Amino acid sequence: MADIIELKNINKIYGDKIKTQVLFDINLSFAEHSFNSIIGESGSGKSTMLNIIGTLDKPTSGEVYIDGFRTDTLDKDSLARLRNETMGFIFQFHYLLPEFTAKENVLMPYKIKNFNVPKEVDLWADELLDLVGLTKVKNNLATDMSGGQQQRTAIARALINKPKIILADEPTGNLDSETTETVYSILRSINQKYKTTFVIITHDQRIAEKTDRIVEVKDGRINLDLRK
Amino acid sequence: MRLSFTIALRFLKSGKGQTLLIILGISVGVAVQLFIGSLIQGLQASLIDTTIGSSSHITIVPANGKTSIKDWERAKYEVGISDSNIINISAAAEGSATIDYDNDTAPVLIRGFIVEDADKIYNFRDGLYEGRLPIKKDEAIIGRDLALKTGTKVNDEITLILPSGNVTRLEITGFFDLEVSSLNESWVVTTIETAQDMLSLDSSVTKIEMQVKEVFAADKTANDLAYNLSVNNVEVENWKDQNQSLLSGLNGQSVSSYMIQVFVLVAVLLGIFSVLAISVVQRSRQIGILKAMGIKDRDASLIFVFQGFMLGVVGALFGIILGFVLLWFFTNFAVNPDGTPIVPIYINIGFIALSGMFAVSSAVAASLIPARLSSRLNPIEVIKNG
Repeated sequence: MADIIELKNINKIYGDKIKTQVLFDINLSFAEHSFNSIIGESGSGKSTMLNIIGTLDKPTSGEVYIDGFRTDTLDKDSLARLRNETMGFIFQFHYLLPEFTAKENVLMPYKIKNFNVPKEVDLWADELLDLVGLTKVKNNLATDMSGGQQQRTAIARALINKPKIILADEPTGNLDSETTETVYSILRSINQKYKTTFVIITHDQRIAEKTDRIVEVKDGRINLDLRK
Repeated sequence: MRLSFTIALRFLKSGKGQTLLIILGISVGVAVQLFIGSLIQGLQASLIDTTIGSSSHITIVPANGKTSIKDWERAKYEVGISDSNIINISAAAEGSATIDYDNDTAPVLIRGFIVEDADKIYNFRDGLYEGRLPIKKDEAIIGRDLALKTGTKVNDEITLILPSGNVTRLEITGFFDLEVSSLNESWVVTTIETAQDMLSLDSSVTKIEMQVKEVFAADKTANDLAYNLSVNNVEVENWKDQNQSLLSGLNGQSVSSYMIQVFVLVAVLLGIFSVLAISVVQRSRQIGILKAMGIKDRDASLIFVFQGFMLGVVGALFGIILGFVLLWFFTNFAVNPDGTPIVPIYINIGFIALSGMFAVSSAVAASLIPARLSSRLNPIEVIKNG
């Protein structure tokens, strides 16, 4: 199957005076429709790698290809559009907009692309909220929901534009084990239903074991690449 | 762009306390500016009106050694067709004399007018508190102070000694009070024929007086008039040349009023700026996540420009209302014993609109730096820091 994400010789160095290299010659690619996890100790460089894939950060050297486009040389506006249409983000801290309701948050990536929400997109948002089990609280402000509900809202939001890729950085990091299980099964069912490519950073061994491929990052290098 | 507006509105609504505070700040600024501006304008208008409202703004006087204007009817006609700014044209035959009463004398000024014309400048009819205006030859009216000093009653005759030594008697038909004691004390107002006869002017006059609609353009109008008049041996004077100290006083007042207004605006500007700058910091999480979701830098900065704009518009509207409330209190409670306001307020719609628009544009200007901060914000900073 074709690769949707490709990193070629990626180096990342932080700092001007005191240089800290966090990634060393990373060569890594992820296939379409795959369900992958990245594991590693904190400070290993895994989040930096994910942010580079997500075009939120730029590599110091090397090439990044997303869905066939080279992204490390694109301008900011093109990157913004690429992020909006091709990728969905789920962060450890859900990052909802507290001024908006759950449903408004879910629709936000669509509104960034197109302010007027057509009927079918509105229904799609309801469907997503139903999928993550939030139909009852969809009109609550983000601040009036539990942590698990907020995280599930963020998942629904990541899916609204039907992105090809979902990047998740410790999506269950601050959730209890039961909710973690729920969130994981939601992600998995989305992967199967919509053929969305997932790259999930996790420190949870049980979650990692359930993915199709485990990439371990250690001291800025790929230490292990395990495919099932 | 509409999304930026929606987000801006939602940000403002969710931070109600902050929003109200900043609107209050802008409103107070606009209200103070409007109040001070209207007060100073009212003060100046009333000062101008008191000083020159009932006097000649532009005066044509004889020159080149002449003491009278022979061709005055032509001059008057030319003035009448020369400039639409000029109103209330009146010719005057003027000369000094001495009034003789009860073994005493006092200097007076004989002012012969076509009474109908002169009334438009001096408002004799309104100032007349007893008797009637002079109509026939050898009739005159005098001011309150002169009447009291000389003990004159209506229908009495006064005796005037002219510089030539001639003595004339005039019948007093009424008394005026022009609220200027020097005029009330010295003017003997009579018909133009009477004055011409007494002062041996034949059919000449000594002055042509007029008023203008735009009092501050009097010097320009006067210059144009001097250029256009075909009558020889005359000079055109205007009130501005003769009231330099008043003008510089008014100027100083205007400048200090502008200074106050500018500083009030600067304070408002700094207020908006600092609150919006804080708001960018407070919302940096939201801006970061919006950027991660693909909002463009331009739209991210527009959020703050819209916030500035909305705050400006609402603040200006409330400020104008508050300003009117202040003015209303001032005109209703700071009053003279007769119930008239101490300073008549001058409501200038143009000034109010300008002040409102200035507040809105200041608010937008103040939002530009926060907008730039927002545009520069890198989502990675927010995401990294949790």
